[in-house]
Amino acid sequence: MPTSYAETYFPVLLQAVIAMAVAAGMLGASYLLGKRVRNRVKDMPYECGIEPTGSARERFSVKFYLVGMLFILFDIEAIFLYPWAVVYRELKMFAFLEMLVFIVLILSGFFYIWKKGALDWGETGERRFRKP
Amino acid sequence: MQTVLQHPLFTPILVTLVIVAVFPLLAGYIVLVERKVLADFQVRLGPMRVGPHGLLQPIADALKLLLKEDIIPADADRSIFWLAPVISTFTALTAFSVIPFSKTIYVADVNVGILVISAMSAVGILGIILGGWASNSHYPLLGALRSAAQLVSYEVALAFALLSGLMVAGTLSLQGIVQAQMQRGIWFVFSNYGFMIVPFVVYMIAATAETNRAPFDLPEAESELVAGFHTEYSGFRWALYFLAEYANIFVVASVAVTLFWGGWLRPFPSVKWLALLDYLVPLLVFAGSGAASLVLVKRLKDPLQQKVLVGAALLLVVAGLVYVIPAVNAAAIGPFWFLFKVSLVIYLMIWFRGTFPRFRYDQLMDIGWKWMIPIGMGAIVVNAALGMLPPR
Repeated sequence: MPTSYAETYFPVLLQAVIAMAVAAGMLGASYLLGKRVRNRVKDMPYECGIEPTGSARERFSVKFYLVGMLFILFDIEAIFLYPWAVVYRELKMFAFLEMLVFIVLILSGFFYIWKKGALDWGETGERRFRKP
Repeated sequence: MQTVLQHPLFTPILVTLVIVAVFPLLAGYIVLVERKVLADFQVRLGPMRVGPHGLLQPIADALKLLLKEDIIPADADRSIFWLAPVISTFTALTAFSVIPFSKTIYVADVNVGILVISAMSAVGILGIILGGWASNSHYPLLGALRSAAQLVSYEVALAFALLSGLMVAGTLSLQGIVQAQMQRGIWFVFSNYGFMIVPFVVYMIAATAETNRAPFDLPEAESELVAGFHTEYSGFRWALYFLAEYANIFVVASVAVTLFWGGWLRPFPSVKWLALLDYLVPLLVFAGSGAASLVLVKRLKDPLQQKVLVGAALLLVVAGLVYVIPAVNAAAIGPFWFLFKVSLVIYLMIWFRGTFPRFRYDQLMDIGWKWMIPIGMGAIVVNAALGMLPPR
């Protein structure tokens, strides 16, 4: 039975290394086995058969950044809850009430961003119907 | 020899090698099963040409992909274009290292197993974003952005669903979770007076979205985005993304089975006389399906195909009979139950794909943020309250 921290995790590291080697190896094998006939048209980015227009590195909607930030907030909350979830039976009522306060605070923040429309993608509800 | 067998790293290395060697083949056969099942839903036959009933299709596909030309678009970032599919595959395969296949068969039993899997799936998103960005083409970029936003949204719902399960288990180690279910004699999906079915449903929906499966396969919506983030990928690079996708499906199904459906335990693990199931079910599954395919042999015209099918059917019957030997049964029943349940979960996900139409992008985000996350949080509170009740 492994005892130390390093001993427990060594197999995980090993599997990561082997998995990476296998993935790279398979790519290498296909690189060596496949034939190569290159021309300008084949190397063009795919755009449904027409000439690509403009750069692909365009600006994209701020929505995606917003989702990224919200994800970090809520994922950190979930991470805070993990240790509590493991031991809350031993800590009894005290920890339960404390966490209840924490969850209520997070939920109020959640409903705030909901009401602010941070979670809306596209036109929803009333706004869609009000349009002429 | 004896010293090699008893080295503490012997089992982990063996299991690692088996996983890395077998999983690519297994993924191919999951694809075949998926195509066959979908074909059955749609009243057609599915692949029938390569081998009897298409049984050799995955091998033919793998060989074809290996021999394909290796194309990198002229505008792409070559190094990142190379690296991205490797990241996806390696994270997906590394997540296997903490899955307990049975009491003794696992690579590592780390005390934060669930976190290792979450971490790996989070890093796996990088492979998708980098792949979409490095392609330097419009469709992959849009697909990658959508995919990233979808994955991070459902990651939160997934974390909340897992938390409910962990509260019942009281440990983060996956092996420990199964042991806890054995001690209490109940699969966690039925505990807390049956309330755990709610987090399980949230988990299944979030997991389907996490693995980009229909009806949440917006990143690969072919009607609008061609193929999403891997539009520019072809040949074996594409195969690696494919492998990663199916590895992720296997991992989320394994976590569902371990956390909610008793892992490698048989049904009713605490009822002694039901140990009979350990012999009956494998026999029925293997020998039964073998005998059923023997009936089909007459329908095939080609004598070579007939021989292959007879061979496969006999192999299944033998596998079923081997399970009757008590010594073999004791050693191999854990993986059997585990893989049996995982297959059922994967079948469920294929069933989703055959049943539900694809959601629109705003509907997808609404389901994630406005339904799954509040329900997940509510489930935690209810579970915590139920856990505070005096034990029965």
